Amino acid sequence: MAQVEILESPASSPPQAHGGERKWTDYFTFSTDHKVIGIQYMVTGFIFYLIGGVLATMIRTELATPQPDFVTPEAYNGIMTLHGTVMLFLWIVPVGAGLANYLIPLMIGARDMAFPRLNAIAFWMIPPSGILLVSSYFFEAPSAGWTSYPPLSVNTGLVGQGIWILAILVGGTSSILGGLNFAVTMLKMRVPGMTLFKMPLFCWSMLATSMLILIGTPVLAGALILLAFDLFAGTSFFNPAGGGNPVLFQHLFWFYSHPAVYIFVLPLFGAISDVIPVHARKPIFGYQAIAFSSFAISFLGLIVWAHHMFTSGTPPWLRMFFMITTMIIAVPTGIKIFGWLATLWRGKIAYTSAMLFSMGFIATFTIGGVTGVMLAAVPFDIHVHDTYFVVAHFHYILFGGAVFGVYMSVYHWFPKMTGHMMNEFWGRVHFVLTFIGMNLTFMPMHELGLMGMNRRVALYDPQFTDLNVMATIGAYIMAVSTIPFIINAVWSWRYGPKAPANPWRALTLEWQTTSPPAIENFDELPVLKTGPYDYGLGYIPEIDPPELYGKQVSEPTAS
Amino acid sequence: MKIPSSILTMLAGVTLTLVSLWYGQNHGLMPVAASHEAELVDELFDAMMVISVGLVILVEGVLIIAAIRFRRRDGDETDGPHIEGNVPLEILWTSIPTVIVLGISVYSFSLYQQMGGLNLSNQAADAGAVEVAYASDNSSNSGHLASAGIGLTQGMGDQPPVAVNVKALQYAFVFTYPESGVISGELKVPANRGVNLSMEAQDVIHAFWVPELRLKQDVVPGETTELSFIATREGTYPIVCAELCGPYHGAMRSQIQVQSPDEFDAWMQSQIASQDNAVETVAAAPAAERSDADYLAPLAQPLNLDVEADALAQLQAPAHSHEHPHYQMAARID
Repeated sequence: MAQVEILESPASSPPQAHGGERKWTDYFTFSTDHKVIGIQYMVTGFIFYLIGGVLATMIRTELATPQPDFVTPEAYNGIMTLHGTVMLFLWIVPVGAGLANYLIPLMIGARDMAFPRLNAIAFWMIPPSGILLVSSYFFEAPSAGWTSYPPLSVNTGLVGQGIWILAILVGGTSSILGGLNFAVTMLKMRVPGMTLFKMPLFCWSMLATSMLILIGTPVLAGALILLAFDLFAGTSFFNPAGGGNPVLFQHLFWFYSHPAVYIFVLPLFGAISDVIPVHARKPIFGYQAIAFSSFAISFLGLIVWAHHMFTSGTPPWLRMFFMITTMIIAVPTGIKIFGWLATLWRGKIAYTSAMLFSMGFIATFTIGGVTGVMLAAVPFDIHVHDTYFVVAHFHYILFGGAVFGVYMSVYHWFPKMTGHMMNEFWGRVHFVLTFIGMNLTFMPMHELGLMGMNRRVALYDPQFTDLNVMATIGAYIMAVSTIPFIINAVWSWRYGPKAPANPWRALTLEWQTTSPPAIENFDELPVLKTGPYDYGLGYIPEIDPPELYGKQVSEPTAS
Repeated sequence: MKIPSSILTMLAGVTLTLVSLWYGQNHGLMPVAASHEAELVDELFDAMMVISVGLVILVEGVLIIAAIRFRRRDGDETDGPHIEGNVPLEILWTSIPTVIVLGISVYSFSLYQQMGGLNLSNQAADAGAVEVAYASDNSSNSGHLASAGIGLTQGMGDQPPVAVNVKALQYAFVFTYPESGVISGELKVPANRGVNLSMEAQDVIHAFWVPELRLKQDVVPGETTELSFIATREGTYPIVCAELCGPYHGAMRSQIQVQSPDEFDAWMQSQIASQDNAVETVAAAPAAERSDADYLAPLAQPLNLDVEADALAQLQAPAHSHEHPHYQMAARID
């Protein structure tokens, strides 16, 4: 890219710490700096993403043949349960919290989060939660799926399931503390002059996300505590043998876990709304519509949970009510997709890795959205519920939406976070491999589900072999696709060309300080000169005022 | 000469519509439709496919065209036009999807009604419309009314529906015809006549799914769920458990055989005859090999309940003695 070439530093200069660059050891401390915590969250999340990815690759290896020959069916259920739980609770949720931690104070011109110590506590709950969760596999592996429906979840294994519950409770508490912190920070700590409607859209989506976290997560915690009582104390909240009701657990579980889908993707909806205008040099199309649609999604997201239960014990009127609310949630989601498309239209699109991933996001998320509307239609859902069609649908949402969104955010904000540019060529290779692998893996699953392959099985009817082999090849391509990313990120963090303050010529506040930002973000309170998306009005973002770099630390990075 | 863009747009629109209409009818993504309900579901699916394919092509098409037409030229450091929005356009793309999803909702609702989704036996009984055939006297759950499922449709023919009690357990389905007491490991039903399944689970949640019937219903312990359908196409189709029920969930399968009414009656008569001859036939059904106590033992153990599994079994079937546990289940069901 043109601007990258301009910015390349002289090749011979050794890597230098500059701006607010941190020593690597700082990332292993109980730091209260939101930037350190943000990176801690993201790196920890990524490590768990790799673990979840290894599990996914094992699942696909098993499913390459109809027989259970790679692992035993018992082990398969444990792997499948761990894959789902790790990916959702230890990757997507923490990485979203990491982005929010890093970006919110910088975007609103604050020096830190509202409750810095609480913030650090929230992060430091993630590693123990993760260690617990992964270790649960080795003590009577929980094998009832990430949904852990009783009675199956209370009669497959005592210790493993107990550890699993504890891990989610710890992770959930962390999420609640984070959500509280984000909301208060955004509501109370904006720089003077920044009204709510001058916030970048990432902040709007995080406000909506925080609301969902605060309303939904306590309900999940309650459900899991009751489940733990059933497990350890012999109570019968969900056990029909003692007068309990297993369907009650499903209601409580999905009351959190459907909104959780929006907790997973809303932060990335916000991020893409901030990335596209920068790389297309055009204001976001319909700022208010996109901001309000986040809230519409989060409100509607709270009243659609029973669409996961159309085939369980739900009375007919309930099915109809939840069908209609679920259908309507497509409208605010559509507003966002059309808004992003209209932002691209007539823009000046630069094919940076960040832009490629955001286009991949729109392309794949749209497919997931459309199948979501289909699934909302009760008569059709009755056929495909608990089949591979659903697996395809939610991977198009969670991989196509959330993971593409995370990669996009990393390519976009990496210069700010580390002070170094990433390699764009390998970024594009990463995108192409991920995009091909993702579609090859999950597209055939639609047909598998429609034709009659149920999910969560270690063995299947041999007529489904071909499509499963295709999906497995796709999964291997996806596994390989992470290698260029990891090498690129690690190498660039240390040796990448030095990033200027504002490599993408963006207008939001986080780009008005050094890369990486000073310890307290801004040396003096930043002044809002433009709105976050005022492209095309002749504002030329300042290119590296030299005084920002006058305060550089000049000694080499400690290693 | 340049072709005006309005004409190009119109042509693109027409092509898009034709392609989605064609693909929506010719996707070939569904297995054969073997029931009245399946035809209704396929109708809905085809309609949704037309809309979905159109929408996906539209979005991906706009994305690709934008990516090509509006790519940044080398050395161009300027911004695009300052366009913050377009209220009429935004209203348009809010209202069209609203109309579409409400339309799909209404359409789904009416299909659901035609499938009998709103006619569960407890409601139907209130309305006095449908006589429920499955609640025979000595069934352990007589008097229980289905709380969920798909009920009977109006006009399922003159004949009363064939009632079948379904027991789901790890990892099998057991089918009992309460009128004759016949027990079978696979489901046989006559074509073109209503079938009413009344389903119970023994241990964990299972789900009864026949892809060719497009019907699925969870079978939940402690609850009776119901599924009614009219199979229209003779043949043998898989019955699949669709709710994770343990390690061998993938192996929990059975078969449904849709037969001509004559074949079905002949089969039923032969079953009744052999049942009269030897009670062992009943026990030969795969699930009848084990007693209730055997089934409940794994449930009682991890719960650390201070009760013997036998006692639990007694709770469930208080009327029967434990002297003949081998036949207990058969006795309880018929």
